[in-house]
This record gives sequence, structure tokens and C-alpha cells, in this order.
Amino acid sequence: MSAVLEDDLPALRDALGAGILSEVEFRGENTLNLSLDALPKALAFCKDSLGYELLLDISSLDHFGDDPRFEVVYELASLDDTRHLRLKAKVSEDESVPTAIHLWKAADWHEREVWDMMGIPFSDHPNLKRILMWEGYPYFPLRKDFPLAGRPTDMPDVASTGVAPLEGGPFVTAPGMEGGAKREPRARHQE
Amino acid sequence: MKNFTITLSEAATATTFLPKPSSAMESTATIPVQAAYDSKIEGNIIFTRVDAAINWMRKNSLWPMPMGLACCAIELMATASARFDISRFGMEVMRFSPRQADVMIVAGTVTYKMALAVKRVWDQMPEPKWCIAMGACASSGGMYRSYAVLQGIDQLIPVDVYISGCPPRPEALIEGLMKLQEKIDAEHSTQDQKKTFFEENA
Repeated sequence: MSAVLEDDLPALRDALGAGILSEVEFRGENTLNLSLDALPKALAFCKDSLGYELLLDISSLDHFGDDPRFEVVYELASLDDTRHLRLKAKVSEDESVPTAIHLWKAADWHEREVWDMMGIPFSDHPNLKRILMWEGYPYFPLRKDFPLAGRPTDMPDVASTGVAPLEGGPFVTAPGMEGGAKREPRARHQE
Repeated sequence: MKNFTITLSEAATATTFLPKPSSAMESTATIPVQAAYDSKIEGNIIFTRVDAAINWMRKNSLWPMPMGLACCAIELMATASARFDISRFGMEVMRFSPRQADVMIVAGTVTYKMALAVKRVWDQMPEPKWCIAMGACASSGGMYRSYAVLQGIDQLIPVDVYISGCPPRPEALIEGLMKLQEKIDAEHSTQDQKKTFFEENA
């Protein structure tokens, strides 16, 4: 942990109090697990008071079967690249996440991607529409209950999708195997 | 398509290419005009069938429509560049307008979002047209057995030549294009047109 980041964490603890559910440090990476209520305040505090000028990414997780089901992950960094911080918050299926566009313009497309792939809505987002799939596509493909092969859809003159033949797949690579042929993507059955 | 003027198709038309008798010949009027052989035009006349002539012209100036969608497009560009140089086969005129292209080279992964755009470009290409599915993804979806990728461009448009590889080497693309040349050379375009014409007007 860098010396500057050591000062950030107590400041965040003071500012958020019980909003921080837990802290994790693993191989020099610091993660704060927050409640969803504390997330907007934490993001604003990191941007305005601690100087995390850069929003590297917003990603999401699907803990299918748990409640709350989803989790959003914010990767923050300072522009001089000395400090990195990861903020996580759990989101249930009927909740929406407050947008971070007023803090970082970069949040626009990241939030649209999370909405497109995982179906987590962001409140107050000015243009929350699909970014990779087309408008009108009815599924959120990165959810755990969506099959890898896809589901058939058809929007005439827009796009259609089919079901991919998996032939015993999914196809996975084995990076550690000796020889190129064994490393290639193959249908490998779980044993 | 390109505007070819078919000058030679029937043996009877060849006589029109004979030079007019010179004034010197007229004055003497003792030397008959020989239609059988003339050194001035010998070598400029070829007797052939219309189909053979058309096929020969088509296959030796294939204008590709580069539909570069993924890493195969890099190999496609390499094929067009100096090291591999498909201008040796008369195929170097890559047209980014489908209306001027003869053969669409689908090079790369066709996602469902892109699929109808590929189809629209294909529909805008004038007949006669051919399609090459370059690489595993365009042929069958390749390693992308997923919700997002069309499992082979042949589900949307007819494919003449499939090229295996991920991505194929430029030599493989040239081989595929030469296979397409062989295929074009074996077509019976005017014969088929004549047959269709008589069937429709029977």
C-alpha cells in the first residue's frame, strides 16, 4: 500500500462510517465493500476530496441464487497512477444504482455496458440504452441464467439471433498444457 | 459489371475485320482479296465461345469487396500488399463500394449485430457476384459458439469458397481465390441465360 493510500482509507472510514461493510487488501490491491446507500457518497468523496480523477472501469457480478443478486465494481485511480482503489456494492434485482456521470464522464458508456450485459439499471443516467446489443434485444446475456448458446430472437430488418451448437461444449482453453493442440479451445467435460 | 465489348463470337463476323482493298489493288484488279490469311490481322483474332470469353474476362479481373470484420482482415490486407500481391491475379482492385465489386471476401467474425449489414452490402452488389468465407469464423462461427455470433455467413448469403484457418495464411486466401477462378471458368452463363429465356418464353 502506498503512503498516500494509507491516508485515504482512514479518511474514507471517517466519511462513510457504517457504510463500509468490509475492507480487503490482497497483493497491494485495496477493496472496500460498501452498502448501496453509501456508494454515491463514497464515489463523490473519492473524486472530490481524495483526488481519484480517473474511473477505469465499472463492472458487475451476478451472484445467481444469492440475495442481493448483483454486485457493481468501480475501479478508481489517480492520474499519476500512484493510487488504485476498488469499490464494490451489492444490488438486488429491484434496485437501481445512482449514476456516476456527474463525477466522471467515463461512467456513461461503462454504465450502459453494465445495463446492456447484466441488466442493472442506473438511475438518473441521461441515455441509458443498450451499447453492444441492439435496442429491442430482450435478454441480458451475461446473467448466469442466460445460456451461453443464446436464445433465438428475431426483429425483422434489425437483427436476429439463433442458438449456437455447442456440441458438448462449452469450449475452454487449457493454457498450461504442453503442445499447441492441447491448449486450443476444446469441449472438455467436467470430471 | 464492367463494360466489355464482345467483338468476336462467331466465325461469320470475322470477315468484317478484313481490311478494305487498297487503291493499288483496285487499280490493278488482277489480285483477288484473300480472306483466308492476312498477316496484318493474324494474331488479333481469336475464335472462341462467348461463354469462354466472358468467363475468361470475369475470372481475370475479380474486384473484391473487402468485408473485413476481425483479424482475418489483417491477413486480407497482407494478401493485397506487396509481399503476397494479389494483383498478380488481377484481383487487386479492392472496391469499398459494393456496386463496383464482384466477389465479397467475408474476413472475420460475423456478429448478429453486423449480420444484416453484411447482407445489405451483399444485396447491393450487382450480378454476377461471388462470396468467399475467409477463415473459421465466417465459415462456421469458429471458436465463437456464443449468443452473439452468427454461426457461418452461409446462413445469410450463398458462399462459393470456404477457406479454413484461424486466420488463414495469405497463400490460403490466394488459393481460395484461384479456386473461385476455376469455378467461374466452368460456368455456362450465356447458355444458362439462353435456356432460361426459352423456358420463360415457351
